[in-house]
Amino acid sequence: MAPLAPRSGDAVFANVERVNAELVTLTYGAIVRQLLTDFEEVEEVNKQLDQMGYNIGIRLIDEFLAKSNITRCVDFKETAEVIAKVGFKMFLGVTASVGNWDADGTECSLILEDNPLVDFVELPETCQGLYYCNVLCGVIRGALEMVSMKTEVRWVRDMLCGDDAYELKLKLLEQVPEEYPYKDDE
Amino acid sequence: MVREVSESCVDSVTMEMVAAYCGRFYANKQELAARRIEAIGYQVGLQLAERYTKERPRFADHLEAIKFICKDFWSELFKKQIDNLKTNHRGTFVLQDNRFRWLTRISLDSPLPTANGSPKESSTTSNDAKSAQAAGMHLYFPCGIIRGALTNLGVPCQVSAEVANLPACSFVIRIKG
Repeated sequence: MAPLAPRSGDAVFANVERVNAELVTLTYGAIVRQLLTDFEEVEEVNKQLDQMGYNIGIRLIDEFLAKSNITRCVDFKETAEVIAKVGFKMFLGVTASVGNWDADGTECSLILEDNPLVDFVELPETCQGLYYCNVLCGVIRGALEMVSMKTEVRWVRDMLCGDDAYELKLKLLEQVPEEYPYKDDE
Repeated sequence: MVREVSESCVDSVTMEMVAAYCGRFYANKQELAARRIEAIGYQVGLQLAERYTKERPRFADHLEAIKFICKDFWSELFKKQIDNLKTNHRGTFVLQDNRFRWLTRISLDSPLPTANGSPKESSTTSNDAKSAQAAGMHLYFPCGIIRGALTNLGVPCQVSAEVANLPACSFVIRIKG
């Protein structure tokens, strides 16, 4: 049996290069602000943030696999736990909790009580409908796609909009079989 | 305790921001892309300076403000100070960082020419040009940060950057007025 994947990202986080979180928080805030100016429609900004996240996720997964010492997850439940406890910890220094599983184990919630992206953030009335942290949805979707999982990730609760927590819905759409580049040998 | 995140968060977000503005949003208008990226940096610099100077007395003059950028501000952001500060005493300051953190992971498309390649003089020149091009778009963001921070400290200025030999880089500050 494969060794159990680490259940905590504390050790991984302790070993990566870290910076003052303010820089990320303020930079991300300035980007959202600029996108709102450039695109005007919050729908479009949500889309762009998700796309940026996706592009980040497809790269970040390499660093995650290289530094986290994670072994292959046996099922999607384990994948979700690893994202919540190791992935979030390793990059953002916080952990999420996993809950609300559906019957067939393909959909769950990731709940964040603490989120460095939103320190100092307040949304004005004009930003209704904006998923401020939508970049995170894209990151998870992009990262999972690189390890053969097509997913749908969306926000269902957002403290910036008055909810009592940050909750992401993570749904597994399909497991893509791995394709090896056999053609190289032809 | 100061809240921390992994350095790759900053790297990823800034790299993707530059890629999005130069590649997708303003692919054929690099000048506009540059201005947007600089504006994002300006906003960040403005807010960072506000936070980092909360418990300090006012700066007596421009030089003091610039020294603050070279030492404390740079250390907060990059865990090192600016390596060299020069001025012409007429409102222009050159801040040199011999190993600018945000340029340390930039690589050039083509490998550096070997000894049996073109003559040394010209290969150095073309490498410089390539470095400048590769780094160019990534430097509008830190230029904006410096301009924002100095503006917050009451020093209106223009900031540009020069790269000769990656990852070394110089920021040129021209004080207005």
